[in-house]
Amino acid sequence: MADARVNVPAECRRGEPFEVRISIRHAMETGYRTDAIGKTIPRNVIQRFTCRYNAVPVFAVRMSPGIAANPYLRFFVTALESGSLEFEWVDDDGVRGTAQAAIKVV
Amino acid sequence: MSDDPTARSPIRLSRRRLLQVAGAALAAPLAARVGDVRAQTLPELPVLTALLAGRTPRWERLRLEMPRFADNGQAVPLHLSMPGPFAPGPMLQAIHLFSERNPVPDMAVFEFPLPPDRVDIDARVRLAGAQRIVAIAVMSDATTYAASADVEVTIAGCLDAS
Repeated sequence: MADARVNVPAECRRGEPFEVRISIRHAMETGYRTDAIGKTIPRNVIQRFTCRYNAVPVFAVRMSPGIAANPYLRFFVTALESGSLEFEWVDDDGVRGTAQAAIKVV
Repeated sequence: MSDDPTARSPIRLSRRRLLQVAGAALAAPLAARVGDVRAQTLPELPVLTALLAGRTPRWERLRLEMPRFADNGQAVPLHLSMPGPFAPGPMLQAIHLFSERNPVPDMAVFEFPLPPDRVDIDARVRLAGAQRIVAIAVMSDATTYAASADVEVTIAGCLDAS
C-alpha cells in the first residue's frame, strides 16, 4: 500500500495557483464491512493528509470513513519557487504514506 | 364546421391550461434544484452544533456542488469552491463537511494553513442513503459560511444499520 498517483503541471507561473491532483491507494476500510466468514473487518482509514510546498504546509485534510476508497483530491496551490510538493498521510494503523512531485516555477 | 368561438373556447382554454401546467411541471424540478442548493436549513447534528457554537453561518460565498442523484454511494463526487480574496482580511481557516445520515457525521475537514489564492476542491465521499450534505467555512475572524447539497443515493455506501 502507501502509494499514490500525483499530477501537477509541468510548469507553473510564479504567483499563480496551479492544480494538484492526487489519488492515494487506500481501502479506507469503514469498519462496517464483514469478511466471508462474517468477521468484522476493522476500521482503517486515512486520518490526516498533508501537502507541503518546500516544507511549508499549504493544505491538509482530516478524513473519516466518509471519504471514498482510494481517496482522490484536487486542489490548488500558489506557485512561489521551484522545488517540490510533498504529500504525507497517516492511517488508523499508524501506517504513513508519502508522495512527492517536482514543481518548476517560471 | 362553423367557427363558433364559444364552441372552440373550452378547447383553447384547456390547451392553454395544459401548456401552463406543462410549463410549471418543467420548471418545478429546476426551481426545486435551485432551492436544494440554496436550502438554508442545517441538519440537527451535535458535531455541527458544537462547531458553530451559537454562530449563525451566512449562506453565501461558499459553494458545494454534488450530483442530485448518485447511483453509487461508495464514491460520490463533491466540489467545493469559495471566491477570495482571503488576504488581507478574514482568512479562510477550514471547510468542514458534515453528513446528515452517515454513521460518522463529520466527514472531512479541509484546512488552509496559508491563505489560499484559489479554493477549488474536488473529492469523493461515501454516502449512506439520501441526505443533505453541509459544508461550513470557518474564517479567522470566527465568521462562518454555509452551503448545502441534497443527494439521492440508490446504493448506500456504508453497509451498516444507519
